[in-house]
Amino acid sequence: MDKQRTAFGMPADTDIAWCPGCGNHMLRKAVKGALEALDLSPENLVMVSGIGQAAKAPQYLHANMFNGLHGRALPAAMGIKLSNWNLTVIVESGDGDMYGEGGNHFLHAIRRNYDVTIIVHNNMIYGLTKGQASPTSQRCMTTPVQVGGVLLEPFNPLAVAISLDAPFVARAFAGNVEQTQAIIMEAIRVKGCSIVDVFQPCVIFNKLNTYPWFRENTCDLPENHDPSDRMAALNMAFREDKLPLGVFYRNAGRELYEELAGIGDTPLFRQDAPGVEAFSVMLDTFR
Amino acid sequence: MVFEGAAGQGVQTITALLLPILKNSGYHLFSCTEYMSRIRGGSNTTEVRITGKKRHAYAARIDLLFALTPHAFERLRHRLHDHTLIFAEKEQFGEHCDHRCIDTPLGRLAAEAGGKVYANTVALGIVLAVIGIPLEQCAGFLREQFADKGAEVVENNLKATSLGYDFGLQVPKAKNLKVPEPGQENGKELLLMDGTSALGIGAVAAGCNFICSYPMSPGTGVLTFLAKRAADFGIVVDQAEDEIAAINAGLGASYAGARALVTTSGGGFDLMQEGFSLAGMIETPIVVHIGQRPGPATGLPTRTEQGDLALALHAGHGEFARAIYAPGTLEETIETMQHAFDIAQKYQIPVVVLSDQYLLDAVTTIDESDVKRLPVNPAIVETDEYYRRYAFTENGLSPRGVPGFGAGIVRADSDEHDENGLITESFEMRQRMMDKRLMRLKALRENALPPTAIGDTESAEIVAVAWGSNRGVLEEALDRIGDNQIAGVHYAQVFPLGPGTAALLGNGRKKIVVIENNALGQFADLLQRESGIVASHRILKATGEPFSVEEIIEKLMEVLNG
Repeated sequence: MDKQRTAFGMPADTDIAWCPGCGNHMLRKAVKGALEALDLSPENLVMVSGIGQAAKAPQYLHANMFNGLHGRALPAAMGIKLSNWNLTVIVESGDGDMYGEGGNHFLHAIRRNYDVTIIVHNNMIYGLTKGQASPTSQRCMTTPVQVGGVLLEPFNPLAVAISLDAPFVARAFAGNVEQTQAIIMEAIRVKGCSIVDVFQPCVIFNKLNTYPWFRENTCDLPENHDPSDRMAALNMAFREDKLPLGVFYRNAGRELYEELAGIGDTPLFRQDAPGVEAFSVMLDTFR
Repeated sequence: MVFEGAAGQGVQTITALLLPILKNSGYHLFSCTEYMSRIRGGSNTTEVRITGKKRHAYAARIDLLFALTPHAFERLRHRLHDHTLIFAEKEQFGEHCDHRCIDTPLGRLAAEAGGKVYANTVALGIVLAVIGIPLEQCAGFLREQFADKGAEVVENNLKATSLGYDFGLQVPKAKNLKVPEPGQENGKELLLMDGTSALGIGAVAAGCNFICSYPMSPGTGVLTFLAKRAADFGIVVDQAEDEIAAINAGLGASYAGARALVTTSGGGFDLMQEGFSLAGMIETPIVVHIGQRPGPATGLPTRTEQGDLALALHAGHGEFARAIYAPGTLEETIETMQHAFDIAQKYQIPVVVLSDQYLLDAVTTIDESDVKRLPVNPAIVETDEYYRRYAFTENGLSPRGVPGFGAGIVRADSDEHDENGLITESFEMRQRMMDKRLMRLKALRENALPPTAIGDTESAEIVAVAWGSNRGVLEEALDRIGDNQIAGVHYAQVFPLGPGTAALLGNGRKKIVVIENNALGQFADLLQRESGIVASHRILKATGEPFSVEEIIEKLMEVLNG
């Protein structure tokens, strides 16, 4: 291992497949900063992702990684977490992956509330497939497929997450690394399914939602916003004049799925096959 | 004998009591069920066979019918013969009532015992009398069965059984029924179970500790079985939001070191195919149980078929190694499930276990000594800081580390990757990784489960070939034909087939008859592709019903006499 490298750092010659100027670079910095500041160990962290440019994020960290199928990061993350409680599990993927292809899993991950941190790179566009609309694209934006402009209202991930009572719901802008890192740190510390939607400009395909656009159209949540007030959080999530950034909602009271399901804390890989006696007791029930 | 009734009428109560009584009395028994896709009403049947020898097959001929609905006659007339005893309420059976019908006042006797709900135990009493099992032999058992429902229910049930028994004794025609003698001395010691339970027991024995699935008939039973025993054996059970989630959760769990299983049916497995392919790419073991039912699409949701072999064989895009099993008896099912887990772990591949509705719902007995436990081999290594998940080795199998066990980093990547599991676009690396992943095919082939020979295949001129649930029907048909010109072979592993396949089947010098519960002969095609052996005859059926012994005997006799 290089002496210079930090715990989660990759070798200097790592080829990063993101475009120059992409918001992903800054988000990576924020995630890495959060992991280091929390003093997590790479051996006990699993980064899970789907497919897409955002989903390559775990490739550029020194940590365990499950880079699965498009849209399917969350079920895999659940399987990992339920099999070994000792692991910190973080899902990092794009808006198409999480809100489009994997939308059903997004709903049910929040319903279950197992301990996972979901970081969504939300650039409001499909980058890797060359510029089609994503579920969060703004209405009327034209693309090679949506030639007359996007017909539909964008999906509102925060409102959905708050409605499903996710224990932690926040939004950040990758352009502000410091705030993004602070939010991600809190999200990782939260026990349960925490959601961080991160605005992250695609400099190649999204000519509408650019760095200046995000600076102009976002604002901090009001100072008096009370994140324990669910309706207030929803109101903020529905705001359209400006898109607020910060922690919308916190609910420390939600029970963890792994506890509700009575899953033990011994990692499954350490579990032995049933002993002769337990097995024979089971067979007796068929006599 | 066949018990017919509408869903919700409690036919299953009769057989749930009758089967253990028959077992404890030492009879060889076999039971199978067919039912309609509805919660109440319709017409469902359960067949119970009492046989002189151990049998595991559906017979068409009905000697004794208990009909609780007027639909029974229309649905079952082709299976009745001149001397079938038909127990039914006369007014229920209406115009179909002929010399074979025995007007059976189930309602009146039940009311006498305490109410309509006791009609099933009245019926049980009648059957016990007709078979000739002394009533006192079952009283203790019945008391136990109803004990938790209170003293009144116990007494009413005993009274209902006794009223039925007295009625049964007075049926003169019943004396002509020939019931085989009990053939097993240790009836009380035997285990009684269906195919679903056998799969579940096999999974528990294999150390399965993770199941995530979405309910779909007839595969759901395995999920239910493990859910019921989750606390005893530390099994993580999750009901997925869909089948796509199920297999991806299974793979996540397996990546973290769980021994993961998913259960479904063909339609659900369609949704899992991308995940199946992922398992091949990330070299992560997973066992998928497919309880087959007739397709395409929703097909006949509650019926049986062997129509998904080609699906399992070709599932998932790209090229990767897999193994497919299809057991045919309880003993074989328990053992094969363990073998499936072992092969999945050893070769780090996805493995399919194919069953079908008929096999899953079929009940028979098994001696505890025939419940084999295979050793559970350690599959996971502790990693060091230099660990590479996809390190090149001589046999293509890299030591499998899991996150959180050792100082290493474990990367699984759906993209083509290097030894570290990091994404690559190098053509050379791609070639090496493809070679690595496919190298295990040879070992899988060489270690294929040998098929079971039925009779003397070497001297026979005709070899009948079956796979999966058709083992029992083939065994009985060959036994009853009793001609050494024809023998049988049953495959519990259908892919890959072992290197000796062509030699075993006579290298083209014998007539090969392939029997399968589908319309095209999927195994016959596979056999030809894998071994060059061409089936001269295909006995196929895709009505949604299993083959009956009579049907197979008739078709095989045609080949014999042809």
